[in-house]
Amino acid sequence: MEMLVLLVTIFVLAVFVGFEIIAKVPPTLHTPLMSGSNAISGITLVGALLSAGMQHSLLTAVLGFLAVVLATINVVGGYLVTHRMLGMFRRKS
Amino acid sequence: MSAALIDLSYLVASVLFILGLKALSHPRTAVRGNLVSALGMLIAVVATLLDRQILGFGWILAGLVIGSGLGALLAARTPMTAMPQMVALLNGFGGGASVLVAGAALVEAVGIAERPVTLTLTVATGLSGLIGGVTLLGSLVAWAKLEERIPGNPVLFPGQHVLNAALALGTLALCAGVAVRPDLQVLYWGLVLVSSVLGVLLVIPIGGADMPVVISLLNSYSGMAACTTGFVLGNTMLIIAGALVGASGIILTQIMCKAMNRSLANVLFGGVGAVAGGKGPSADDVYAGRLKSTSPEEIAMILELARRVMIVPGYGLAVSQAQHSVRDLTRLLESRGVQVEFAIHPVAGRMPGHMNVLLAEADIPYEKLLTMEEANPVMEQVDVALVIGANDVVNPAARTDPGSPIAGMPILDVDKARTVVMVKRSLSPGFAGIPNPLFAADNCLMYFADGKKAMVDLIAAVREAA
Repeated sequence: MEMLVLLVTIFVLAVFVGFEIIAKVPPTLHTPLMSGSNAISGITLVGALLSAGMQHSLLTAVLGFLAVVLATINVVGGYLVTHRMLGMFRRKS
Repeated sequence: MSAALIDLSYLVASVLFILGLKALSHPRTAVRGNLVSALGMLIAVVATLLDRQILGFGWILAGLVIGSGLGALLAARTPMTAMPQMVALLNGFGGGASVLVAGAALVEAVGIAERPVTLTLTVATGLSGLIGGVTLLGSLVAWAKLEERIPGNPVLFPGQHVLNAALALGTLALCAGVAVRPDLQVLYWGLVLVSSVLGVLLVIPIGGADMPVVISLLNSYSGMAACTTGFVLGNTMLIIAGALVGASGIILTQIMCKAMNRSLANVLFGGVGAVAGGKGPSADDVYAGRLKSTSPEEIAMILELARRVMIVPGYGLAVSQAQHSVRDLTRLLESRGVQVEFAIHPVAGRMPGHMNVLLAEADIPYEKLLTMEEANPVMEQVDVALVIGANDVVNPAARTDPGSPIAGMPILDVDKARTVVMVKRSLSPGFAGIPNPLFAADNCLMYFADGKKAMVDLIAAVREAA
């Protein structure tokens, strides 16, 4: 129970931080914001790595493996495409 | 690596995510921000790989190689016009990953005797399955609509709301089932299945022009899914990162809804476009032979006398890939001393910021891109407003006709410019399915052509007129 309260505390504070910093992103950068934040939501990769590596059973290893594939596409694809997009904004400023 | 060190690495990663997002507040610092955020992700992944619980790297390596390859391919190949589809797809993968991770965690939790199966774990697992399932299939439907694999218009059928409500109740019941009987794996996968069906049904009634809202919302869901998975694993970094993304998606959703003067519920359940059209004046009444069709030569003559031009891009610009031709026209006009700017409506295109990215791709400096709040006060000083492939976002009926389906929606007041040139392929109504009285206004000229061809012909005419 104490653990849950701790996690909820962190969650609520992080939501407030998110609102504060993201409200300042100008409309011009909303698309890179989406693809960039998308890459961050690929953080599930961390959980996927544990499942794929713990090898508790074949089932969990396969589930973990599939999750690693999806989350890695999310992370790598998200950061690379954001980088590509932001390069277009930078070059003529 | 000890657990404390891993947790500290996670803290560093979380801080880097926050700093990275913060740097997105200006185009100058944004590239660095993205790299900072990517560095955070790298630290998080490396720290996890050093965890002593990991016994073998075979599956991990295979997954990382395949995922990186596919991700890099997607990122390199996707054209800027297709960014909404790409983001939709990535949202879906994030949701899918959360479903799988939570599923695996449930199997492990029940199977490993020394790990307690707490209620927090089982409830969070249920929520991961629910949110992840809706995000995965909802995003795939959004992707298919944007790719035009399936029709983009709203799909409505009788009893839709009742069915959705029943499915939503079903998912909640299954969530409760997972919480009470975590040992029955079938409950979890049943929950994922029902949530996936719900995801499909929630997105199919939503039409093309409402996509910016849906993509923003799914973006938020993908963050929330990561968050609930964080509760499953007791991992603070997942919770922080997921909460940041969730907040970001919610903010964008709010901005999009406000820009359409509609509530989120209205966008999700209203099915605009499929039902509109019955009421209000018909197209014939509004236009009544008052449309003036024009030619590139005539526009070139008007442009020759213009000192200030406002270009208003819409989804039609993306469809016809006209951004590079628009840039050429802009440079040509600027070389003759004309002030050229761009007015961008928040919901122009298919995702937040879609037009800005396309114009950036064509090397148009972001300083020339005005928001609606910046553009409207100067509209009366504009000699020519050139509207390319936009319709509803410049429809003055939103201001003047309280009975219109788009009444109260903030619009770009191009009708206040001295001359308005509408570049449109045909007279077909916009997404809202209503006629646009602007077309019949005295100061409006209709230029019927595909956006890109229109620009190419117009450039030629302007060159000739000189």
